[in-house]
Amino acid sequence: MSLFLVQMLNGLQFGLILFLIAAGLTLVFGVMDFINLAHGVQYMVGAYLAAMFTAMTGNFLFGLLLALPTALAFGLLLEVLVFRKLYDRDHLDQVLATFGVIITLNEAVKILWGAAPLSVPVPDFLSGSIPLIGGLRYPVYRIAIIIAGLAVGLMLYLLVNRTKVGMLVRAGASNAPMVSALGVNIRLLFTFVFGFGAMLAGFAGAMVTPILSVEPGMGDNVLILAFVVIVIGGIGSVRGAFLAALLIGVVDTLGRFMAPMLLRAILDPSTASQTGRAIAPMLIYVLMAVTLCIRPAGLFPAKR
Amino acid sequence: MTDAARPVEQATPANAPPNLRRLVVPIIVFAGLAIAPWLAQFGTESFVLSLLTRVMVLGLAALSLDLLIGYAGLVSFGHAAFIGIGAYSVGILASHGINGIALQVVAALTVSAFFAAITGAISLRTRGVYFIMITLAFGQMLFFLATSLAAYGGDDGMNLPSRSLFFGYDPLDNDRTLYYVAFATLGVVYLACRMLVASRFGRVLRGARQNPVRMQAIGFSPYRYQLMLYVIAGMIAALAGVLLANTSEFVSPATMSWQRSGDLIFMVVLGGMGSLHGAIAGAIVFLLAEEVLAGFTEHWHIIFGPLLILCVLYIRGGITPLIERTRS
Repeated sequence: MSLFLVQMLNGLQFGLILFLIAAGLTLVFGVMDFINLAHGVQYMVGAYLAAMFTAMTGNFLFGLLLALPTALAFGLLLEVLVFRKLYDRDHLDQVLATFGVIITLNEAVKILWGAAPLSVPVPDFLSGSIPLIGGLRYPVYRIAIIIAGLAVGLMLYLLVNRTKVGMLVRAGASNAPMVSALGVNIRLLFTFVFGFGAMLAGFAGAMVTPILSVEPGMGDNVLILAFVVIVIGGIGSVRGAFLAALLIGVVDTLGRFMAPMLLRAILDPSTASQTGRAIAPMLIYVLMAVTLCIRPAGLFPAKR
Repeated sequence: MTDAARPVEQATPANAPPNLRRLVVPIIVFAGLAIAPWLAQFGTESFVLSLLTRVMVLGLAALSLDLLIGYAGLVSFGHAAFIGIGAYSVGILASHGINGIALQVVAALTVSAFFAAITGAISLRTRGVYFIMITLAFGQMLFFLATSLAAYGGDDGMNLPSRSLFFGYDPLDNDRTLYYVAFATLGVVYLACRMLVASRFGRVLRGARQNPVRMQAIGFSPYRYQLMLYVIAGMIAALAGVLLANTSEFVSPATMSWQRSGDLIFMVVLGGMGSLHGAIAGAIVFLLAEEVLAGFTEHWHIIFGPLLILCVLYIRGGITPLIERTRS
């Protein structure tokens, strides 16, 4: 039972990381109809920056604080250099050009930091673990990720739902031409949303450095998951992204943990663990297919 | 912008006399590929042959993807999955001692048709960017399935015990024969696809890309035509997979990663959407560029990536129309 609790917490933590990535992706897509494959790369860049600054300052907190504005600046640089030219193009061009950005940046980090994975130690004040019911212990750092994820989620909720900029972003996601016609500089709004999204992805990347290895291409798989999240949640909807991210995080983590266990009831142990390992990674894609069969626009589509 | 693919050039109507200028590129491409083995014997023959065989095989896959993107406006981002199905059909059967190419091809075509019918039926319920993402997700689903097949190499992939046999004989062991088998397959499929897109079937699809509502109003169900096309394209790509496994004598999940699907889309766009020979030309330029750049430096991606971006930003419509325009 408490093992189940641990897996639930892991799923929650993974889901919140996914949410931080998916939030920026879905807003960018919702407001500007711009499909940005390079969003996962911004997660990777955040992780590398955090690893570099932590090594330079010797303190994870400083590393994180330095990585955030750098990730923001880097996102804005990409927007000015490449993405700005793509808004008026169709989705196919956007997919291809941002695909080119992925290839370039995956190689660039290899050249700058080497192909070998980097590791960042868990900061002292967040190391150790706390006891759960049933004698199991849970790492403090993962709790910290959960808290940070929830805090950023709350902040984002307030920003989007309670501020003027948030109102414009929501309006932009529902009907960008209308907002533009009302005299709002939608390009500027978009640059703001884009930079903010890049920073959120960078923040997610920085937060996972102590628990994952930092390596080239680490953003690619996360990107696909983030796409699954925004497709299930409904494109352009932050609330949808939040709920879908938690759903995906929990389903993925629990699936890997429970699929072999459940199969053991009907199969012999070695076949069960093998089949379970084969089925588990596919679960979320099945979930996505089922969701789209029932609701082609996702669970909480932004109103168009 | 709901339709992700823009019409790049108007395809000639089926009943118009063949436009000579539009034949220049396919003739150059196929004539070049036909005499390449003869020229290759003056260089490092096996290297050139295996590279060009790979080019043709991926050209075949790109060709099938162009049916979807260029003629139906369906940007599939999971097309490499079908190459993977073909390659794994060879690999899995061969590891059980079934080496005959006939059975391997039948298995590849059946499984790919089945997979395409199911995933296509779901994906085609959606449009535009949703379609891109769903095909991407289905491709990833198969990728993860392949990585978890521990019995068939898992992450690392598997070496083929031998190339496929023709009724007990092994003509494919000769690189040159394999080259011409790939060449013939590409040629036959190319002609078949030209006939397909010029037929009523192809015209319904093009009509549905431009205005699905109107097509429905005049009594066609675009969904069924698109699903049929999706299955056909998947089966062609699986055929390419069978050839690819034989070319490299190696099968791995990397064949069907989403980056490979991206490469295929790039070949189609680079060559020029909506002209089948364009996809082949795109594959040639793409893979040769990779090869040349990889010869310069280990970090060739750092040059290749920006080149891709520049191509998208500044060569609109691809290289084939560019050549055709300069010839006029």
